[in-house]
Amino acid sequence: MLHLSESHSESSAEGLRPIVHCLSIDKSYGQVKALQNVSFDVAPGELFGIIGPDGAGKTTLFRILTTLLLPVSGSATVDGFDVVKDFKAIRKRVGYMPGRFSLYQDLTVEENLNFFASVFNTTIEENYDLIKDIYQQIEPFKMRRAGALSGGMKQKLALSCALIHRPSVLFLDEPTTGVDPVSRKEFWEMLKKLKQEGITMLVSTPYMDEASLCDRIALINKGQILKIDTPANIVNQFEKTLWTVQSKDMHRLLHDLRANPLVDSCFAFGDTHHITINNGQLTIDNLATYLSDKGHEEIIIHPAKATVEDCFMEMLR
Amino acid sequence: MVKNNITSDFKSQLSTVNCQLENVIHVENLVKRFGDFTAVDHISFDVWQGEIFGFLGANGAGKTTAMRMLCGLSKPTEGHGRVAGFDIDREVEKVKSNIGYMSQKFSLYNDLKVWENIRLFAGIYGMRDREIAQKTDELLQRLNFASERNTLVKELPLGWKQKLAFSVSIFHHPKVVFLDEPTGGVDPVTRRQFWELIYEATAEGITVFVTTHYMDEAEYCNRVSIMVDGQIKALDTPKNLKHQFSADSMDDVFHQLARNAKRGDN
Repeated sequence: MLHLSESHSESSAEGLRPIVHCLSIDKSYGQVKALQNVSFDVAPGELFGIIGPDGAGKTTLFRILTTLLLPVSGSATVDGFDVVKDFKAIRKRVGYMPGRFSLYQDLTVEENLNFFASVFNTTIEENYDLIKDIYQQIEPFKMRRAGALSGGMKQKLALSCALIHRPSVLFLDEPTTGVDPVSRKEFWEMLKKLKQEGITMLVSTPYMDEASLCDRIALINKGQILKIDTPANIVNQFEKTLWTVQSKDMHRLLHDLRANPLVDSCFAFGDTHHITINNGQLTIDNLATYLSDKGHEEIIIHPAKATVEDCFMEMLR
Repeated sequence: MVKNNITSDFKSQLSTVNCQLENVIHVENLVKRFGDFTAVDHISFDVWQGEIFGFLGANGAGKTTAMRMLCGLSKPTEGHGRVAGFDIDREVEKVKSNIGYMSQKFSLYNDLKVWENIRLFAGIYGMRDREIAQKTDELLQRLNFASERNTLVKELPLGWKQKLAFSVSIFHHPKVVFLDEPTGGVDPVTRRQFWELIYEATAEGITVFVTTHYMDEAEYCNRVSIMVDGQIKALDTPKNLKHQFSADSMDDVFHQLARNAKRGDN
C-alpha cells in the first residue's frame, strides 16, 4: 500500500480503500442516543481527528471500532475486518490507548511493556525501532512501578504498550485531556513521527486548537457528526464575515457588541472578542463609532480568519 | 521571586467593579516537601478582593499541592499564608468554611437531584433552611434551571453540571472560590458561558482563583501566575506578561516559561 500513501494528507479517503470504514453507526444507552448515523472513512496512513466536547460520543465510537462495544445498527470495518463478526482479528491488529490510564499499576514499566508484547505474541526487541523514540524517554525508570510514574511518563508508557505489536491502526482516546500546553505539543510531535512510520491514527480530543495538526477531522457533538474535512477546508468554508474587536473594558464590550442588532454572534476569544456580522450591513467604521458612543476607549477592530473553534460554534448555533 | 506589583491598569479594572484593594489570599514563602521532594518551593503572592486570579503551570509544577494548602487540606512545611482572613496552618476549619471549591472531577452528587445537591452543600456551610429555599429559587431562575429542579444530576449534560457546580460552590457567598480546571472538556460555547458566570460572581465581590489549561482563558483573568518546578516564575496581568516576554499570546508566554521545566511530566 505504500504507493497510496503519497498524497493522503490532501486527499479525502475517496479512491483509496479505507482502513477504517464506518457506515450509519447508531448506539444508545437507554434513552440516551450516544451515536446517531455516524459514517466516515479513514485512509491508510492518515492522522484523523475526532473533535468534540465531553459527551459527544468520542469514546463510544472508539469502543465500537476496537470491538469493545456493539453498535445498535450500522456497520464498520477496521483493516478490512468487520467489527462484529471478525472482532478477534481486529483485536490483534489495532492499538488502543484509552482515555483513562489502564496499565497495570503494580507492574514495573518494563513488566507492563513485556506483558503487552507477550499478549500479542511478540517481543520488545522485535518492534523496538517503532517505540524507540518514545520508550527511551522512560527507559531510565524501567524498574519503577507504573503507578508511581508522573502523568507524562504514564502516557509515554501507555503509548509504547499500544504500539508494541506494530498495529495497523492506532486509536488514541483523548490523549491530551488535562495535559498542559507544552506537554500537549510534545505529544503531537510524537504522533507526527509515528505518522512517518505509516501508522494510521484516530485521535479524539476536546481541544479545538489541535485540529490543525490532523490531516482530516470530524467535528462531533451530541452523537452526531457535524462536518468531515481537512482543517483548511473547514475554516475556508466559513461563510460569515468575522472581526476581532478589542477595547479597554473587554467585559462590557461583550455586552455592548451583543446589544448591536447587526452583530450576529459575539464570543470571547482570548484577548479579543470574535464577532460575526450580517454581510454588508455594518462597516468597521460604523461599529467603531457605535462603540465609542457607548464610551469605549482604545477600540481595535480587524477582519480575521475563522478558526476551527469559530466554525464549531457556528455549527452549534 | 516575583514581586507582586499591581499595575495601574489592574487598579482601574478593580475600581470599575467597586472594590477596595484588600487581599483575600496572602502567601509568604510557602513550602511543601514530601520527603526529599520540594513540591512547592517558596511561593509568595497576594490575591486581591474581586480579582480573577489565574494560577497556571505545567503538569507536575506543584499547582495542586499549593492549592490544597490554600484550601486547608494540606499543612505547609514552611512559610505562612492567610486565606479569607484566616491562617492556613492554625485556622484550617475557618478557612474551609469561608471558601468555595470546585474541581473538574468531583463537584456534585450524581444520585441526588438538583435541589438536593444545593440543599446538601448549603447545609454543610451552615446556611439556614429559609435562606436556602429562597436562594435556591433565585438561583434556578437565574440559570433557567427551574424545570430541572427535580432532575438527578447524573442526567444533566456536562456543561449544565459544571455551571450548577460553580453556582453551588458560591451559594454560601464565600470570600474566595477555588476552581480547579472547571472547563476541561466542556464545549466551546458552554465554556464561554461558564466564564460569564465567573464575571458575574466577581461583580458580587467574590474573588476567583482558577486553574486552566486553556490559554485563551488565561486572557480572561485580571492577573496570572505561572508556576514551573515548584516556583512562581511570572506574575502579572496578561497584557504585561505578553509585553515582558515579547509574546503575542499567553500560549507563547507559557511555552517560553514551561518548556524548560526540569521536573514533572517529562
